[in-house]
Amino acid sequence: MARVHSVLAASVLLVATAIDSVAALPRKLASSVERLKAVGPEGQGNAAAQAAWNDVAKAKASQIPDLIVAMDGANDYALNWIRAAIEAAVQRETVAGSKLSVKSLETVLRDTRHHPRARRLAFELMQRVDASKAQTILSDFLQDPGSEMRREAVAQLMATAARQTNGTKATAVTTYRQALGFSREADQIEDIAKRLQDLGDKVDLAKTFGWVSKWQLIGPFDNTGEAGFAKVYPPEQRLDLGTGLTGKSGPVKWFPYETRSEYGLVDFNQAISSLKGAVGYATAEFWSDSARTAQVRLGCKNGWKVWVNGALIFGRDEYHRSAEIDQYRMPVSLKAGKNILLVKCAQNEQTQDWAKEWEFQLRVTDEQGAPIVSTR
Amino acid sequence: MKLSLFLTAALTVAGSLGAADWTQFRGPNGDGLSSDTGVPVRLDASSITWSISLPGRGFSSPLILGDKVFVTAGSGARQDRLHVLCFRVTDGALLWERQFWATGRTMTHEKIGAATPTPASDGKAIYAIFSSNDCVALDLEGRLLWFRGLGRDYPNASNSLGMSSSLVVVDGVVVAMVENDSESFTAGLDARTGVNRWKLDRPKKANWTSPVVFKSPGQPNRVLLQSSQGVTAVDPTTGKVAWDLSDGASTVPSLVVSQGKLVIPANGITVVEPTAGDTKPKSVWRSAQLRPGTASPVVVGGRLITLNDGGILTCADAQDGKRLWQLRLKGSFSATPVVAGGHLYCVSEDGRVQVVDPSKAEGVVVSELTLEQTVIGTPSIASNSLFVRSDSRLVRLGGAALR
Repeated sequence: MARVHSVLAASVLLVATAIDSVAALPRKLASSVERLKAVGPEGQGNAAAQAAWNDVAKAKASQIPDLIVAMDGANDYALNWIRAAIEAAVQRETVAGSKLSVKSLETVLRDTRHHPRARRLAFELMQRVDASKAQTILSDFLQDPGSEMRREAVAQLMATAARQTNGTKATAVTTYRQALGFSREADQIEDIAKRLQDLGDKVDLAKTFGWVSKWQLIGPFDNTGEAGFAKVYPPEQRLDLGTGLTGKSGPVKWFPYETRSEYGLVDFNQAISSLKGAVGYATAEFWSDSARTAQVRLGCKNGWKVWVNGALIFGRDEYHRSAEIDQYRMPVSLKAGKNILLVKCAQNEQTQDWAKEWEFQLRVTDEQGAPIVSTR
Repeated sequence: MKLSLFLTAALTVAGSLGAADWTQFRGPNGDGLSSDTGVPVRLDASSITWSISLPGRGFSSPLILGDKVFVTAGSGARQDRLHVLCFRVTDGALLWERQFWATGRTMTHEKIGAATPTPASDGKAIYAIFSSNDCVALDLEGRLLWFRGLGRDYPNASNSLGMSSSLVVVDGVVVAMVENDSESFTAGLDARTGVNRWKLDRPKKANWTSPVVFKSPGQPNRVLLQSSQGVTAVDPTTGKVAWDLSDGASTVPSLVVSQGKLVIPANGITVVEPTAGDTKPKSVWRSAQLRPGTASPVVVGGRLITLNDGGILTCADAQDGKRLWQLRLKGSFSATPVVAGGHLYCVSEDGRVQVVDPSKAEGVVVSELTLEQTVIGTPSIASNSLFVRSDSRLVRLGGAALR
């Protein structure tokens, strides 16, 4: 799993390209911000960041927009350090009677080159200073690259649609359909679909979510005592769909499987048999028009591992706690042309009613959650 | 001169924690007992000194240090916005708030939101951890001392039902139990910087219990880690295991230390007594009849109290486990009862505060106040008040004389 960890850690530390994000700040303040941005995993840089935080927290109201811009390029740890310092500065300046410039905050908010979380903070500060203005401009962010801004804008549109249900239903349906098109959050999509259903408009959830639905499956292999999770079975070494293998209780071979579930569930209980202590594999071709970054999003309450083009992306040996759509979001690089997805799904030997499921759901999306569908 | 310096330093340290401060889950000694004697027993609507709205959900207990109340909360559709808030005890006014973006997984069961673990304090700082395993240290004025993303640093350290283990801080180390089915560990974080002082692999099994500090005169402090495998005592400064009890234990209610004995939710209730020199504790008694639910046991006036999820309060003699009486309370319960003035304060999930006198031949409900809010977290006691953190509000009951 060391490789998996390093992949994730690398994604954490990915920095945006705005190298001169502190350029507008006075030298001393810029230097302090840089020390905050130097924090990393396992508390790296924390000791040095303490003193720097106190410097940044002394910023004047007029410096807040530039400080927000300075969040560009920060890793997830540093974003929290900087945010907390800005909050402290804003609190002190507000008490002192200084006002934040709504115009400057809006400028930061509208510039999508800035970090989505920096822009979100600008919006939240706008809400404090001029809530009415913030509410008015929210609809401009229905296609925002930042999930928090986009979500709130969609929620506003949903509220509009809800009000419209008191009038002409067709108008409400149109608005809900617009909201559905903009939404990238699974719970919002489900909520909108339910409301549309109530209005007599059926949403094709499977298509909306864009599940990978066509797979080749093989199994069962042994997972007695959960040992099969770590065991390397032949599909992990070489994918040959034409060759039969020896499974948990005899010969097994690959067979085609297409999920009809609107939630994209690949159900091994249904496809193979309701077994305990078993491992199943699923593989699918995923065709991309171009080389690109994407996310593999998985929901699963069994033990699982995912490979893309032979590289292990992540795995987790937790059984029967809970599952939800997009439970695990894994950054991947797709090749132009054919990509191979491989999922290992491990059922343990728990016998409770709530431990029956042996299944997963998987989709490929962009970073915001828009489904990317295989081109073949 | 050296002596005076020493005394000054000692007084400074001693002065950093008030005697009646509520500094962690189940209070300063982790046993649910408060030394306050002025908490109202006869509750009614007039007992509500103030009630304030909170910006997010939470099941953690408030901390009270001097004139400040500290509360954690989680907000957002994915509970990925983490809040630490500081209010004034006297009137509930917000003094400061800090927000953080979760860096670890935030998925939880509905009864375990992001802000389920209770923070801890050494009187100098508030150490708060969330279900996402993000851990922050802030001084009492809201200055950020450090931030750790333990769920990000160790990507399989999470529980899809949520994490609830509270923190303890002892000997300059913040102890965080991040125990789960996958990447399971307990870490000792340097209280000054947050970096790992030690990291101990732990059983790969979901665990919602909280660590407990065991102090014994003349002996080094130990942190007790309860898990499905039993109880492990570790040196908080090194993480070295001092002793192990491997008879199994519950993974939900936490053990309590009373009169030097450990009252462990294990095979019912198991009571053991540690001995000097880090030898394995000796067994005192065990009772399968006493079965705590989500709430942890509490010992008051020589009586051991357990509360199950359905509201059955069971009282036993703490000396031998002999059952004395049972009392059915109204409602379902997750919160651990807390004690002031010899009375139990039991808060049901539907926000019914029931005050019980456990000292008689039968348990007696002395008074009851319905807050009509969802309460999962354990209340706190300080300033002659009961602080109840509901899913949406912070309520102070009593203490009006201090206003």
